[in-house]
Amino acid sequence: MQTLLKSTPFRYALNASAIIGLYAVIMLLIKTGILNRYQALMLIPIGFNIILAASLNLTAGFLGQLPLGHAGFMSVGGYAAALFSMSAALPTNVELPLALAIGGVVAAAFGLVIGLPALRLKGDYLAIITLGFGEIIRVIILNLKFTGGAYGLKGIGRQTTVTWVYICVVITLFIISTLMRSRHGRAILSIREDEIAAEASGIPTTYYKVLAFTVSAGFAGVAGGLYAHYLSIMDPSSFGFMRSAEILVIVVLGGLGSIFGSVVSAIALTILPEALRGFADYRMVIYSVLLVGVMIFKPSGLCGRYEFSLGDSIDGLCSRIRGIFSRKGGVSDGGDS
Amino acid sequence: MAVILDVSKLGINFGGLQALDDFNIQVHGGEIVGLIGPNGAGKTTVFNLLTNVYHPSRGGISLTGRNTLGKRTHEVTGYGIARTFQNIRLFKSLSVMDNVMIALHNSMSYSLPEACLRLPKYWRQEAEARKFSRELLAVFDMEDMADSPAGSLPYGAQRRLEIVRALATNPKVLLLDEPAAGMNPSETAELMRTIHDVRDKFGVAIILIEHDMSLVMGICERIIVLNYGLIIAQGTPDEIRDNPLVVEAYLGQQRGDSPC
Repeated sequence: MQTLLKSTPFRYALNASAIIGLYAVIMLLIKTGILNRYQALMLIPIGFNIILAASLNLTAGFLGQLPLGHAGFMSVGGYAAALFSMSAALPTNVELPLALAIGGVVAAAFGLVIGLPALRLKGDYLAIITLGFGEIIRVIILNLKFTGGAYGLKGIGRQTTVTWVYICVVITLFIISTLMRSRHGRAILSIREDEIAAEASGIPTTYYKVLAFTVSAGFAGVAGGLYAHYLSIMDPSSFGFMRSAEILVIVVLGGLGSIFGSVVSAIALTILPEALRGFADYRMVIYSVLLVGVMIFKPSGLCGRYEFSLGDSIDGLCSRIRGIFSRKGGVSDGGDS
Repeated sequence: MAVILDVSKLGINFGGLQALDDFNIQVHGGEIVGLIGPNGAGKTTVFNLLTNVYHPSRGGISLTGRNTLGKRTHEVTGYGIARTFQNIRLFKSLSVMDNVMIALHNSMSYSLPEACLRLPKYWRQEAEARKFSRELLAVFDMEDMADSPAGSLPYGAQRRLEIVRALATNPKVLLLDEPAAGMNPSETAELMRTIHDVRDKFGVAIILIEHDMSLVMGICERIIVLNYGLIIAQGTPDEIRDNPLVVEAYLGQQRGDSPC
């Protein structure tokens, strides 16, 4: 039992069945009407916020740099995906994944081009320069003809479904977590821990900084594509600094360096403003109060650097149950004698 | 043994300050060389030049026959030079195991897609690296600490882990920057044994900067003395001990010699 729980194929099977099981539950809840139409639609922004937060966590949490232009990459990806799907006339199930892939690749290319010069800087300076790049992207989109300028793009097909979002979330989380458990992920972590020591240990730090930044931008682009095909309109003003800050809030609240934390906090911070609809104007006030609260009571974020693992949790639960039973057994033995 | 590290006429200026000039050294395989001198003499500058953290204003370095001019630090590490730091620089919040695994980065070759899709090459190389790390840690009696965060280790163990991490990059030359700093005499004695073991087991040449004279005189086969960026003396420990220039650099001139 113990060895079975620890074996890799079993872990994979466990995770795969959990992913499928969760999907089945969500679909069941929607079909049976327990989640109403409005609530079901809420699942989509939750999904792309998870992707945005997890991808930003790659640079902010694991690489340890502070970029403030994530919304810029999201808008680039969104526009690229929307422009593709508006000009192409393919069946939805082919068009959307293609559009998302194009959005991701274009955003990653922007990430590469911006990351190369920007990552020569650190800390506050990197934050300022990425903030600047984010704004530059927005202003350029605002002034280009083919992006529709200030009117934005209208009539993008509403192709984003809960299923597609779910698939994208699963792929994103899978890639980021497998990446972080490889030599490439460790190289990224070593840069956060001590750049000089990393370089001295043979890690090409510039390469891995740009790599993390590019991958992060790519996933932001995929989220942008989902966003575009969910709202069916793209408008440059919705990708300003405030959106970058919102994503950063999700990451910091969940815990810098915890993918699980990003997921939890993306869910919480997407539902919260909707649940407090009456106070919609105070959304940012609640955000800031929450952030201040977390920074005072748990500076490392809700989950710190904790990573959830289904296999480990079940393993822990089993050994705890076994512990209880063996203790009971011991007591009854004593009673018999 | 062949010459592994050949440094000729090395010099560097920081603005108007000549931090190091005319520094020559040939290091053979398996040699232990001491680098001493008063504070600010340029000892750590030599290490930073050897690992290309600084780029020299003059002169050149040849490491295992390859010129390191203009290379990046991680490339020079690949040529076979590794170092520890004066103020310990471990990846503190990562496990001891991960600290060693990071240094094994270049001994693995699986690509990014292979890592993300977890193809067989990933599993094989990760398992090999993990096994190798465990063995390396076992050599230094640290295998039972493998899963604890590096920052939680006692001071002496952190110093040892830095040496393990440096050795994991498979160096020909190992640079130790004040390995005995902050250690008591018994810890220093143990460190001396460790340094000897490292040389014997891994066959690396070791250059060490140290202020603890018992350690330097005890294990170095050759000592180089720096003062104000210049080599003022070199030779065996006995020669250095009696050299008047060295005594003067450390203690100043004798009062009788000066007019006041």
